Amino acid sequence: MKFDSPATTNPIDQLKIVGKPTNRIDGPAKTTGTATYAYEWKHPDLKPAYGHVVGAGIAKGRIASIDLGDAQAYPGVLAIVTAENAGKLGKSKRNTAKLLGGPEIDHYHQAIAVVIAETFEQARAAAQLVRVEYIRAEGSFDLARSRDSAPDVQNAATGDFLAAFSDAPIQLDETYTTPDHSHAMMEPHASLAAWDGDKLVVWTSNQMIDWGRTDLAATLGIKKDKIQFISPYIGGGFGGKLFLRADVVLAALAARAAKRPVKVALTRPFIFNNTTHRPATIQRIRIGAGKDGKITAIGHETWSGDLPDGGPETAAEQSRLLYAGANRMMATRLALLDLPEGNAMRAPGEAPGLMALEIAIDEMAEKLEIDPIEFRILNDIQVDPEKPTRQFSQRQLVACLRQGAERFAWNKRNPRAGQIRDGEWLVGMGVAAAFRNNIPMKSAARVRVDNRGIVTVETDMTDIGTGSYTIIAQTAAEMMGVGLDMVTVSLGDSAFPVAAGSGGQWGANSSTAGVYAACVKLREALSHKMEFDPSDAVFADGTISAGNRRFTLAEAAGETGVVAEDIMEYGDLAKRYQQSTFGAHFVEVGVDTATAEIRIRRMLAVCAAGRILNPKTARSQVIGAMTMGAGAALMEELVVDKRVGFFVNHDLAGYEVPVHADIPHQDVIFLDETDPTSSPMKAKGVGELGICGVGAAIANAIYNATGVRVRDYPITLDKLLDQMPA
Amino acid sequence: MKAFTYERAVSPAAAAQAAAHLPGSKFIAGGTNLLDLMKLQIETPTHLIDVNGLALDRIEATPEGGLRIGALVRNTDLAADARVRRDYGLLSRALLSGASGQLRNKATTAGNLLQRARCPYFYDTDQLCNKRHPGSGCAALGGFSRQHAVVGVSDSCIASHPSDMAVAMRALDAIVETVLPDGSTRSIPIAELHRLPGDTPHIETTLGAGELIVAVTLPKPIGGKHIYRKVRDRASYAFALVSVAVIVQADGSGRVAVGGVAPKPWRVEAAEARLPEGAKAVTDELLAGAAPTRENAYKLTLVERTLRAVLAEAGSQP
Repeated sequence: MKFDSPATTNPIDQLKIVGKPTNRIDGPAKTTGTATYAYEWKHPDLKPAYGHVVGAGIAKGRIASIDLGDAQAYPGVLAIVTAENAGKLGKSKRNTAKLLGGPEIDHYHQAIAVVIAETFEQARAAAQLVRVEYIRAEGSFDLARSRDSAPDVQNAATGDFLAAFSDAPIQLDETYTTPDHSHAMMEPHASLAAWDGDKLVVWTSNQMIDWGRTDLAATLGIKKDKIQFISPYIGGGFGGKLFLRADVVLAALAARAAKRPVKVALTRPFIFNNTTHRPATIQRIRIGAGKDGKITAIGHETWSGDLPDGGPETAAEQSRLLYAGANRMMATRLALLDLPEGNAMRAPGEAPGLMALEIAIDEMAEKLEIDPIEFRILNDIQVDPEKPTRQFSQRQLVACLRQGAERFAWNKRNPRAGQIRDGEWLVGMGVAAAFRNNIPMKSAARVRVDNRGIVTVETDMTDIGTGSYTIIAQTAAEMMGVGLDMVTVSLGDSAFPVAAGSGGQWGANSSTAGVYAACVKLREALSHKMEFDPSDAVFADGTISAGNRRFTLAEAAGETGVVAEDIMEYGDLAKRYQQSTFGAHFVEVGVDTATAEIRIRRMLAVCAAGRILNPKTARSQVIGAMTMGAGAALMEELVVDKRVGFFVNHDLAGYEVPVHADIPHQDVIFLDETDPTSSPMKAKGVGELGICGVGAAIANAIYNATGVRVRDYPITLDKLLDQMPA
Repeated sequence: MKAFTYERAVSPAAAAQAAAHLPGSKFIAGGTNLLDLMKLQIETPTHLIDVNGLALDRIEATPEGGLRIGALVRNTDLAADARVRRDYGLLSRALLSGASGQLRNKATTAGNLLQRARCPYFYDTDQLCNKRHPGSGCAALGGFSRQHAVVGVSDSCIASHPSDMAVAMRALDAIVETVLPDGSTRSIPIAELHRLPGDTPHIETTLGAGELIVAVTLPKPIGGKHIYRKVRDRASYAFALVSVAVIVQADGSGRVAVGGVAPKPWRVEAAEARLPEGAKAVTDELLAGAAPTRENAYKLTLVERTLRAVLAEAGSQP
């Protein structure tokens, strides 16, 4: 099915099942421990061996020698794979650094060997006997020092920014920094690989089945159709499992070497330096405005770093679309750094970009002596600022801000900073806009109805804890006129049609649109079979009917059942309309007057993100994202040791993420919205919108509480202490 | 993890004797720290002596009016004990500010005292660390040191002691009771249990080979207001950046111990004499000779400000 004109009324609009706050259909399996995660899979016939990964102990250089003798002699060891004996390996375009390094080392903890043994304990003990001598090379590990040598990789300019900025009566020119972040998902990367002749099956934990399978084929130099990728349950990803990672490649190589299935999990410390992370940024923001508060010039330059052939953190992108202003200048620059590979983490670009931009907006509002909500409303724009003929499909930023202000009692905020005391606490409120684009991705599904009337959906879509199983079931139930109890959903297997996968908050809208397309086809097939005109056939209450004829779906399906498969593809609606999601974050914090400890008191997000397919799972997504945003604001930082070139705090004791005690109260409101340009589902995404802007809302609340403006995240007490009242 | 042999000890003396006979052996109780370190091959015992079966899990009144806490009393049970809550509130509060519920259920009194440093360089066997490899160097000096100690440090090591419980015990003048391999016992004032790093940071306590902690005794209660204030970035389940333990008496005299700033629970009795002069005077004395890094110099200010707030709180309490 091709979606190339705005959606009109369709069966989803009945909203009998879609749009209802439905519990996860996979919840019971997860809470009873019967959902199988990657490391728990068992090969149907064969006992697996276990692989343990050896990571490079230097950031850059070469392996001078690698002594495997003691490891090979260790009891139970079956084989050791290194770059030397692994055979020729390719590298996919989606990977920057090699997943099996050596002799050149590209980054700290890059995998250089996998030791395979009968038991996990033997493999681990033997891996610690691998002795490696290195020749260290000089590396670049300091973004601030590499900043001036970083070339532009993306630019966007409108009007004459420099002239307009220098003419502006009110100016802001500030620099903000965000540190490297780790996805720190609960489930580490893990895979079980088994060869059967030249066929390879991999049970793994991956957000993008087809990318993973394609890239594994490219890495191993085998045909894609020889590989099956299975990943039905994923214990968190946040972008860290978008790509093929070392666990998959090493499990496949280890299984080949050991001639039996092999399991490989990355240990927790490896998550930080072996896998990808969100790169640190330095962001310079300049805003010029008239005394009336209208922005006349807006400039956002951002610097980040990555390994050779890597990509930038696109932290200036939202600034192209969020606020008005005739003169605009955005620049994205990329330095060469020899740190581990940077890549996508929840809302890449916008998450760190808005952490900076939305402080700058707060600072500008204060200069102008305008309420920060009113300043944002004053500079709202309903068209693409770079191309004013192009409209937003939906843009309810103003409504998000207004509703949130009312719900949060924003009028109780004292616009003068540092004024509100509650016992030992200084208390303040902050606001920030949330913005994240909608990305429609083609997505396919297969839908079958059997002789019991059970509807089965198969697609290689993944559920990374987001609720994909549930919204796909809701979509199929709504389309086929059955209850949720009559729908079965199978996900995460490359034997199924290729779906959008989970990333970029595109998964919900795109994958359900693919299911919609397959269901339309199935409705047609059933109609033809029962000799109905498909446009007259009504699917409701488990029946298909038209005129005075009515059959149960089971009858219509017959003994053999009926199956249909389709893919949803997109025309140019996303080009004709700017499809984005909007929100507003409100935060109240307390800052301890003595210690400068910062504690969130309450948070509210108001989101306008198209049709909300399941308010319950969507709310969970936004709450999770707000929590992650709180971590970024207050504690999360991969600390770079600039002498050695690695992230020092590589465990969950050193890399703190928020716990329940950090956020006593969170609330989420979804505005009523449907976006007919996005898909027949009229939905967009919320999973990343929820993190966008949160950090700045917290930073602005801290400023309102204390009068101390911190522009370097995370905002920890040591950055406030000297400026706190005595 | 290196392969190891394992035995269950039958008595404290037998455990101490076995440990002394087998260099490379370690006692294991809760294992909340040791097992993590073994997985990373930071600790590589060849033999584990499991002391969990020894009947060292009771809290008993002493003839002197104090409490004798068995070495194996779990942190959860110690914090919840009615006598501890009534007479040694500082200890209960310190315990509950530490770790997580699950860890406190498992962690023991003696194990808590003997937990090892949480320095990230100590935890990475590819980095230099004088605790792991004496003489190799200290990567934390000149590296990431925001959490590290500011006082009592040396050029060999700047790791801080991570325990909350030990800070309260230091303020309470706890006595550590041990059994030696020859079956004799000794009592060690907690002030003398932990060593400063000097140029031997790998030797962390004054315990001898095979010496086993069997109990910690608290002297008779001294009354006063007990406050334990732990300062941290995350509201729960985080090590202290700084912690301040005070016991303040009605006449304004008192005791002050601090955590997160030194390689051992830190108390300077001379500093307590200056309590009437206020937090700054106490802090100046307490942290005299401090040698902070650029990244942890804030701890000097933080101790003073936290102490001031805690003393104000003690003064305002009924």
